[in-house]
Amino acid sequence: MEKGAVIKHDIKKAPKTGDWRYMKPEINKEKCTGCGTCVKYCPEAVIELTANNEQRIMNKKGKAILPARLANARVAGVDYHFCKGCGVCASVCPVKAIHMIKEADCINCGTEEK
Amino acid sequence: MNKKLTQKFAPGHSSCAGCGIPAIARTVLNATDDPVVVINGTGCMEVTSTLYPYTSWKVPYIHNTFENAGATAAGVETAYRVLKKKGKVKKNIKFVAFAGDGGTYDIGLQSLSGALERGHDFLYVCYDNQGYMNTGGQRSSASPYGASTETTPASSKDIGNELYRKDIMQIVAGHHIKYLAQANVAHIEDLKMKAKKALNTPGPTFLLVLQPCTNLWKYPTSQYVNIGKLATETNFWPLYEIENGNYVINYVNKKPKPIEDFLKAQKRFKHLLTDKNKEEVKKIQNILDEKWAKLKKLASVK
Repeated sequence: MEKGAVIKHDIKKAPKTGDWRYMKPEINKEKCTGCGTCVKYCPEAVIELTANNEQRIMNKKGKAILPARLANARVAGVDYHFCKGCGVCASVCPVKAIHMIKEADCINCGTEEK
Repeated sequence: MNKKLTQKFAPGHSSCAGCGIPAIARTVLNATDDPVVVINGTGCMEVTSTLYPYTSWKVPYIHNTFENAGATAAGVETAYRVLKKKGKVKKNIKFVAFAGDGGTYDIGLQSLSGALERGHDFLYVCYDNQGYMNTGGQRSSASPYGASTETTPASSKDIGNELYRKDIMQIVAGHHIKYLAQANVAHIEDLKMKAKKALNTPGPTFLLVLQPCTNLWKYPTSQYVNIGKLATETNFWPLYEIENGNYVINYVNKKPKPIEDFLKAQKRFKHLLTDKNKEEVKKIQNILDEKWAKLKKLASVK
């Protein structure tokens, strides 16, 4: 069934909606608990939870007792290619770990990796 | 981009920043593991997700015209049934039709009614943003009383929309379908549960999902979840389902917030909060209380 005007999904043809953004979400990796609320509500589905190896479980004196790998700690990360900067993630975050900062203040806008 | 969530609906669409429509599409489609065919009526979702030469849909997708999302779904589903009978298709395929409130309450009502009556096996999802938001916010029969819209602007003499919202749930329930529910994009787990239930019910099913519109309800782009939650907490948009004629309320707020909380968060109701229009706000509150009492009676909740 390939006859006629069939258009197939091709992510390479996707408009990079990241250039709409004038405010950029920045995640405070120390505060983020990896609950995943922002992941569900993000309209663009650009937030993903990844393993956070830097985060440690601390005891009362501030000493690391368990590496995150073992504690299964996850942290949110944003794909800035498609993030439109609406700020929904910052408003739903229960621990206020996401802050919106002005796009002009950042260099390369977080898209340099890919 | 989140690979798990975007298996059926990818980013790159041009919906407004802070719009909940993509969240509805993803939540409903991800509620099943079977292959899905999507039928779309004209509206925000269709216009923003299919920008030539790109399409956000990773599943088979068909758009016909404004008024016949229901009829198109019926046709596709019938073709599938025939092919399955002949043994040419072996998979179990689900059919999901998406349409806005304009394409459901007003323009597509007859084709939806026909498809429901004939008993085609599909799920119809109406995302209700209470107006023709794609073309600039004209009034539809889903617009609430007192809202200022493009075609019913508020002025010193007018209070905006003077007509009451149509109760589409009652109209659809009148077709005696097995499952229909009212959901809210701000309560996404509830929406997921309802979508799962609807997709697993044979025969036609219906979901009415509230979709706050950042652009024309006039609130900041970051607030769609908060506005949606307020709509449910004030009983403006109760969450309930009708299963085989039995009403179940999914969320009972024992101390509902006053409707002012919902109104003052949006600029389309700005004119109602003046001293002159205090009576109108009371009127809206009374209508809501009446509707809520009626619904509680139907669901036999005290």
